[in-house]
Amino acid sequence: MKRFVPLLVVSALVLLFLVMMLSDRNPNEIDSVLIGRPAPEFSLVSLKEGAPALTTADLKTGAPVLVNFFASWCVPCRAEHENLMALAGGYRVPVIGIAYKNDPDKARGFLTELGNPFSKTGLDLDGRVGIDWGVSGVPETFLIDGDGVIRYRHWGPIVGDSLTERLLPQLKALQ
Amino acid sequence: MIRSLTAFLMVLTLSLAVQAVAVDEKPLADPVQEARARALMKEFRCLVCQNQSIEDSNAELAQDLRMIVRERIALGDSADNVRAYMVDRYGDWVLLNPPLKSSTIFLWASPFLVVLVILFVLVGRGRRTVAPVPLSDEETAKLAQLLEDTK
Repeated sequence: MKRFVPLLVVSALVLLFLVMMLSDRNPNEIDSVLIGRPAPEFSLVSLKEGAPALTTADLKTGAPVLVNFFASWCVPCRAEHENLMALAGGYRVPVIGIAYKNDPDKARGFLTELGNPFSKTGLDLDGRVGIDWGVSGVPETFLIDGDGVIRYRHWGPIVGDSLTERLLPQLKALQ
Repeated sequence: MIRSLTAFLMVLTLSLAVQAVAVDEKPLADPVQEARARALMKEFRCLVCQNQSIEDSNAELAQDLRMIVRERIALGDSADNVRAYMVDRYGDWVLLNPPLKSSTIFLWASPFLVVLVILFVLVGRGRRTVAPVPLSDEETAKLAQLLEDTK
């Protein structure tokens, strides 16, 4: 019996490593503490000249909305842009864009170049709103329910199977 | 011995030099407040380069957070207020010294668990050593023969 102990220990370790390796977990991703809490208060000027300021009230629409923190200097944001367009288009989810520490002209240029999926925009020039939302880098996307409560945060770009495997199921659960 | 000690001291001084990389932005005018702010910055983990404190890190976010820590201190916030501000946004994870609570109990208990396991193994080992079996007559004879031969 005793001779099987090393084999058992090794098997347990192999199993543990396999589970950790195959799981979806990204060690860089820190769980958001804002889940289940109302979206932090903010008021930001719009990227669109003449448009009213973007405030927390814009998030309480009675239906789910997405809030996407982006920047023209952020390469992964380019990668996920196609999916944001699809969410706003085919999936008919309003997406609100907050330009994080971005020159407004460059942010506008980014949207002109790649298309604008955002129903409303805000400019977070000094990144303070981002910090209030616990953002550690762009892109990050928050799913807000009809009452303005944060239900899910997608950390990093919505690429690969992120849209269908992670974001859409969360969205469906709310609708 | 002297050599390894020197090497150790050299590594130590080098690492201290690295740790002393100054925070680049404008410090607070009041040196007492600045010292409090700097002490606090060492407690917060940078969200970008995750094993550095925001005091250590060059990441832009760390810079922004340092600015916030200074502002809060200048406004007269206590250290606990500043900690609460950070935890409110980034969770306990942002504290390099995690609080002892139900979700972190395993973290805090694990060193003691490891010691327990080691003690258990050692005690088990100690018990297992059985007194050697006495030599058989044949073996005694053989040994005597061998000793005789070497004479």
